[in-house]
Parts: sequence; structure tokens; C-alpha cells
Amino acid sequence: MSSKTLYDKLWDSHLVRQDEAGTALIYIDRHLIHEVTSPQAFEGLRLAGRKPWRTDSILAVPDHNVPTTDRSLGIADPISRLQVETLDQNCAELGITEFLMNDPRQGIVHVIGPEQGATLPGMTVVCGDSHTSTHGAFGALAFGIGTSDVEHVLATQCLILKKSKNLEIRVDGQLAAGVSAKDVVLAIIGRIGTAGGTGSAIEFTGTTLRAMSMEGRMTVCNMAIEAGARAGMVAVDDTTINYLGGRPYAPKGELLDRAIESWRALHSDPDARFARSVTLDAGLVLPQVTWGTSPEMVSAINEVVPDPDDEADSVKRDGMRRALDYMDLKPGTAITDIHPDHVFIGSCTNARIEDLRAAAAAIRGRKVAAGIKQALVVPGSGLVKRQAETEGLDKLFKDAGFEWREPGCSMCLAMNADRLAPGDRCASTSNRNFEGRQGQGGRTHLVSPAMAAAAAVTGHFTDICQEQG
Amino acid sequence: MEKFDKHHGVVMPLDRHNVDTDAIIPKQFLKSIKRSGFGHNLFDEWRYHDHGEPGMDPGSREKNLDFVLNHPRYQDATILLGRHNFGCGSSREHAVWALMDHGFRVVIAPSFADIFFNNALKNGLLPIVLDEDDIDQLFTAVLETPGYRIRVDLPAQQISLPNRHTIHFDIDPFHKDCQIRGLDDIDLTLQHAAEIRSFEEKRRLTAPWLFNNQN
Repeated sequence: MSSKTLYDKLWDSHLVRQDEAGTALIYIDRHLIHEVTSPQAFEGLRLAGRKPWRTDSILAVPDHNVPTTDRSLGIADPISRLQVETLDQNCAELGITEFLMNDPRQGIVHVIGPEQGATLPGMTVVCGDSHTSTHGAFGALAFGIGTSDVEHVLATQCLILKKSKNLEIRVDGQLAAGVSAKDVVLAIIGRIGTAGGTGSAIEFTGTTLRAMSMEGRMTVCNMAIEAGARAGMVAVDDTTINYLGGRPYAPKGELLDRAIESWRALHSDPDARFARSVTLDAGLVLPQVTWGTSPEMVSAINEVVPDPDDEADSVKRDGMRRALDYMDLKPGTAITDIHPDHVFIGSCTNARIEDLRAAAAAIRGRKVAAGIKQALVVPGSGLVKRQAETEGLDKLFKDAGFEWREPGCSMCLAMNADRLAPGDRCASTSNRNFEGRQGQGGRTHLVSPAMAAAAAVTGHFTDICQEQG
Repeated sequence: MEKFDKHHGVVMPLDRHNVDTDAIIPKQFLKSIKRSGFGHNLFDEWRYHDHGEPGMDPGSREKNLDFVLNHPRYQDATILLGRHNFGCGSSREHAVWALMDHGFRVVIAPSFADIFFNNALKNGLLPIVLDEDDIDQLFTAVLETPGYRIRVDLPAQQISLPNRHTIHFDIDPFHKDCQIRGLDDIDLTLQHAAEIRSFEEKRRLTAPWLFNNQN
């Protein structure tokens, strides 16, 4: 038998049929659904007189539109409210499990899937959301799909796909204190670019990934899509298996033993071939801060904003100029001289308990700086929120001057009321710094939770390695 | 899905790398539960000076006349000429719906983000990948020639330029066939329902924990 990568194994084990032209029918084990990309799919299903193939594969949750303030009065915006109600109606009508807005388990779909054990190793996991790559941290094949494919999975439990190329991103070595999974993935994107993984499934390998917690691995896989790859994944090990024990949807008892035995094979064979491999030395990664309007426009904390004049490619040069103009930054400005006026700690990238712990630790008894207009902490789920409150993190944040909110996507994409005003500058733990992403005219700097918290209390980006050293 | 066979139309150049789906259709318009009506908000933040919200009358809004979509010479454009990594970012199919609702039938670029590319094919918006040299030449020609039109022939996989030159493009046979015939791929997949069922039953035996949705 020839050697296989993890992606090859996941692909082969879900292959229902393959036609001569190279398109394949791939079986989907888990379908996660939220309110934004599903209504047209349910409508399409109804118009065609079709029924969902397997409702027990589906878990639904509203997350994009939900308010992060007091929810007892419901959603104020009537259009947002209708979208969430439409999800509720569709799920109720078809018998689909949904965590409603006021359910304590509600949260960002990519936080609650793993938290519930609804994401398991060896699964195919899809969702009408590009950050579905997050779930690949469990040795699963997980990727985002459009609404037509949401309908396709509802109706057939399968997707028509072409196999991607195998791309290995190997990170070895120990991270310095203050450097996190977020910095690793931003450094990777800085290296290979936002289209570096296009057409590929990325497997993140190496000793750095092996040493990372599941939360860290999820952060890395979450942003595989920001490197252009629909899917990112990490092989199964004890860290994966230990994380899953006791989670509501995870197998238990003898079934768990059987599952673990099969999960142990979910790694690339030692001599498996990748179409391409990229290596990164973790010891050289410093805290990262994006300065532009694409995640690849990123610098280390000890660097300066680059000069477009140094860029040879003319379209790229124009893009950098546009980005700096939009961000209101001058070439040569030290990253540590950038002063955000908003801080957002949240999103499917960085709103898990470990992220909140890292952010809280970086406060170090200080208060939110005078120049910060708003500092938000939005936990990834109701259960993350509860855990943080048990640990007293909410008090640390609130005492420092942060707002402690209800779970949801919030200011990562600003579909609810949490958004930047034109010209606002935000240190954000989210995943996209596109123009207008956090609110029209808003300026986003992508950073780690510790960096966001440090920026909140110092008023500028700070070398947290030196602080922690 | 809308059929695609041959198309002759005006080309609009959008000379930027990494045009993301947030730019193509900003988030506030994703609150709609319909598939139509997104065209007026295509490239909303680049196209208008004021902030757009769902339900606003496009006629009363302040247009950014510097943005290419508002140039009189591209008013009838149905073919969008883009750059590297077109459609990156969010998986929102609304980006494709907005482009089509505005009247675009073809997007030509040196590379596309994977999810956007797939979403386009699901709706009959033809994404064509050409190499950088061809793209550069098309940009030059479009900018030099008002009303620059090209002919896209999907069955022949060929683009015909006004100067009688032709450019060949690749598309995989499955997608080509679906576009030309306007096929519903759910119907196609359901033709294999028995195979899916038998796969599923085997999987239920070998990995029963994947079928356990109890909590």
C-alpha cells in the first residue's frame, strides 16, 4: 500500500464514488449551520420538494447576527431578527438540533462544534462559513462551502469535489514567551501569502504544532483559509484525544475505545509525499501585527510599516499604497508607534478559554489606556463565558475597563450592532483586516489575544515578549 | 442554474489583487433571506460615498464616480476582468449573486479563491483563469478601447478578441457540461442515492460514533 498523507486518508475514507473526469462524491459526516448562509438553502430544498438526507448530522446555531449585550429583549434590528427566526423555524420544522440564542451552549459555530464534541477526528465537517477550516485541528477534513453546497449537503449528505493538492507547513521549535498560535499563523500567511494555499489542503506539522493545545491548533487551522486553503489540519495525538473525553457528542465507554483506536491512524505516513512543503522556525517568530488590508500585510512587532516603493510588482505596489491610505499609516512608522482606539478580543479565531486567559494575563493589573474608546471581550460561547467567570477572568477584564459581553461573532464582521465607525483603529484578535470588515471605514490590525490586551492597557502595540521576558 | 453557452459582452477592468467577498458584497446585505436583489449593493463601499444599509434607494445615494463600476463606458459591462486571488475571504455566495444580479456573466482573472470559484460555477457565473500575460494584454486593450467587447465561447473553450486573436481557456469537463446544460447538481448526485446509502450503511458499522447525535 502506498504511503498517504492525512488528507489522502480523510479523502479516501469518504469517497463514495469517483468519475473519469476526476470529480468525486465525498460523504459529509457533520454539517454545521448558522443563520446567514442557510435560509436560501432551506428555501431551495423546499421549492424542489426535497427533505434533508440526515438531520442527525446537523447542528445549528445563530451566531453572526446575535447581540452581545442583554438578550432578554431579543434582537432589535428587524432584518437580523428575521434571519435568526428563519433559522429557528427551519430547524424546528425539519427536526434539526439547534442551540437557540438564549441557550447557555450557544456561541460561535466554530467554537461550539469542538466544545460539544460534535467535531471528531476522521470526520468530514462542512459549514456555510469559510472558517470551517478550524475543525481540521482535530484530524478532520473541514472546509467552508457556499449556500448552494449547503443545500447540496442537506439534500444528499455529499459534495461534488475535486481533490486538492497536499501542502505541508512544518513549524519546528519552541515559541518564545508571549508568542502564540496566532502569531505563528500570521507569520505563515506573511510568508506564503493569502493565495499561497489556493488549491491545496494544508497539513500543519512539526514539533511546535505537537506542543500546541487544541485551542492553539484551532487558531492555526482557522486561518488556513486566510492563506487561501479551504482546509487546514493537524494529525491526531494524545492532546486531541484528551480534549474530547467527556464532551456531550463524543463517544463514550467501549465506543470511545474503538474510536480512539481508529483515530490513532489519523496522521500522515512517515514517507508520505506532499506536493509542496514549507518550513518555519518557531524560535524566530515574534509577535505579529497586520498593517494593511489583507492578512498577508503583516509585520513583526520590532519592524516598521513597509514602503510600497520597495515593491517591484506594480499592481502589488498600488495595493500597498491603497492599503496604507485606507489605514492612514506612513511607511517607516514603527509598529509600536501605532495607537489603536478600539480593542476587540473575540471571534472564531481567538475566543476560547485559553485566549481569554492569555489576554487577561497580559493586563497585569493595568487599566485600559485613556486613548481607547472601547475595549470589548466577546467569549466564543456561553460555556467559555461561564468558565471564564468561574476563573474570575470577567472581573479582571471589567476592573481594567473592558466590556464583558455575550457570545457571538460580534465585531469580527460587524453584522450585529458591534462595529467600528469610519476612521476607528482596532487591535483585533479576529481573522480579516479587509476594508470595512469591522465596520465601513474601520481600520483593523490583526493580533494575538495577549497583544490586543497589551495594546488596550498601553495604548499602542507593545513587545509583549520583552514584557513577559 | 442559468445555462452558459456563448456570451458576447463589454469588459470592465478591476485592477486590484485580492478583491475579497466583503468588498464584493458587504456584510449588512447578507441579512437578506433571499437570493436576489443584491445587484445595487455590489461593491457597495467602493461604489458609493455614503454608508449603505439594506432597503436604501440606490438612486438617492452618492455615487463614487471614480470607481470603475460607475464609469459611463462600463455601464453595460457583463464581463469582469480581475487580478490575482479574486473572491478571497468569506464563503458568502451572496458575492456571486450580487455580481450576477448586476449583470455579470463572466469573471476573468489569473487566479480565484477556491470557494468563490466553486460558488460561481454553481450559479452559472463563468470564472475563467488566464495566465498573467493574457490578463495584462486584456487590461491594456480594455483601457485603450472604449466599449471593448469580447466573445466567450464555452463549448469551444475560447475567447475571441476584437482583433481576431483567440485565447484558449481550461475548464474541467464536469463543470463545462453543467454550465452548458444548466444542470442541477443535486439531481445529478441523487442519481447515485443507492451508492450513498450503501456507503453510509458501511460507515455506520465501521464508525458508529459518527452517527451518535445524542448529548
